[in-house]
Amino acid sequence: MSALAVVRQLLWKDLLLELRTREILTAMTVFAMLVAVVFNFAFSPSPQDALRLLPGMLWVTLAFASTLGLSRSFVLERDQQCLEALRLFPFDPGLIYAGKLLSNLLALLAVEILLLPALAVIAGVPLLGHIGALAAVLLLGSVGLVAVGTLFSAMSVNTRIREVLLPVLLFPLAAPVLISGVRSTLGILAGRPWADVLPGVRLLVAFDVIFVVVGYLIFEYVVEE
Amino acid sequence: MQALAVRDITKSFGPVRALRGVTLTVARGEALAIFGPNGAGKTTLLKIASTLMRPSSGQVLLFGADPSQAPHLRRLIGMVSHHSYLYPGLTGLENLLFTARLYGCSDAEARAEAMLAAVGLAGRGGDLVRTYSRGMTQRLSIARALVHDPQILLLDEPYTGLDRSSAAAFTELLMAMRGSRTIVLTTHSIEQGVALSDRVAILVDGVVAYEAGNGAGDVRTIERVYAECVGVPA
Repeated sequence: MSALAVVRQLLWKDLLLELRTREILTAMTVFAMLVAVVFNFAFSPSPQDALRLLPGMLWVTLAFASTLGLSRSFVLERDQQCLEALRLFPFDPGLIYAGKLLSNLLALLAVEILLLPALAVIAGVPLLGHIGALAAVLLLGSVGLVAVGTLFSAMSVNTRIREVLLPVLLFPLAAPVLISGVRSTLGILAGRPWADVLPGVRLLVAFDVIFVVVGYLIFEYVVEE
Repeated sequence: MQALAVRDITKSFGPVRALRGVTLTVARGEALAIFGPNGAGKTTLLKIASTLMRPSSGQVLLFGADPSQAPHLRRLIGMVSHHSYLYPGLTGLENLLFTARLYGCSDAEARAEAMLAAVGLAGRGGDLVRTYSRGMTQRLSIARALVHDPQILLLDEPYTGLDRSSAAAFTELLMAMRGSRTIVLTTHSIEQGVALSDRVAILVDGVVAYEAGNGAGDVRTIERVYAECVGVPA
């Protein structure tokens, strides 16, 4: 069976389970919207400030919301030791990581699709003119967040304090993603030249490549008993 | 030919030595029943044999090859564990399809439906597993272990949760496989173990305390030997 077919099956299972329960997506979306509203009330930004604050609001909201989804993503594998069952299959355990990464990424992207227009309305910042570049930066940042988060989620799933442990582990390591994401988003929204935005984008690409590869390679040891 | 060989296996969890130099071989088509009290190391041994756990030292061979160097050999194994390995949010049929597809079965749908029928769940295949009783879940778990037609069956107390008729049906299923499949079974029921196996082994404190063919004795004899090994009255 090809690696692609394995990942497709793993993704099919996760999506089917999520479609039936909508546990992860609902929690992440509601939480993201609430944080966005709270930010708006807390800062009450003027139109000038909104442009400066929106990138931070966006990425902090996504970082918080992603931990909700990530902390749940391996819970459904834990209850009946299904992660153990997955390790019995005759394929590289790294593919389990790839499947989980993709399902976590889809959940985060779905939240972003709902959050972005909501933030634009709340903060009064027009985003449509920059949507292509913004989508690219969001995609790169989201891959970085879930690449690290999926790995830490697998590590913390069997601990009693996983909801606490995951953000404690994730946020320090994902700091480059958040900083680059905020700076790149600000550069795009402010209409700065592409040369100003590029260093942040490059860092996001490098982060994604490193952590996706590392996650794939070490996943076997992370989930081993 | 040896289907499964574990050689001088040790496994430690910190200061606890769960297995201390276990050596067992099971020939192709042979059935081995492993008895032992709780904590004897039966589950650890099956996990190591299935490649789920690395031994601290020693070697596992499947048909003469090291499965840690050849992951495709895991396709030869079907395992029933203490846990069902089933997703409660999927239907019985979806669970089996998922398993069969990931094992690369070309006729996944047919295999899944055949296994549902074999464990008496054909009428409930479309229901979510979370609506199943304990016994039904165990039957589906057995179907899951068999759906890819494995050569080696590792069964860790598979009768747990089965009522009398389900246990009889499972015994019948295993009997039909005897000779064509290699079976390693752990159980607390010496009667069931002896009936299903060609050889028996008794594991106590991580050591094989007794090993013999079933010709070495009837259920009473094995019960007496077990009592001696474990140190309790028969």
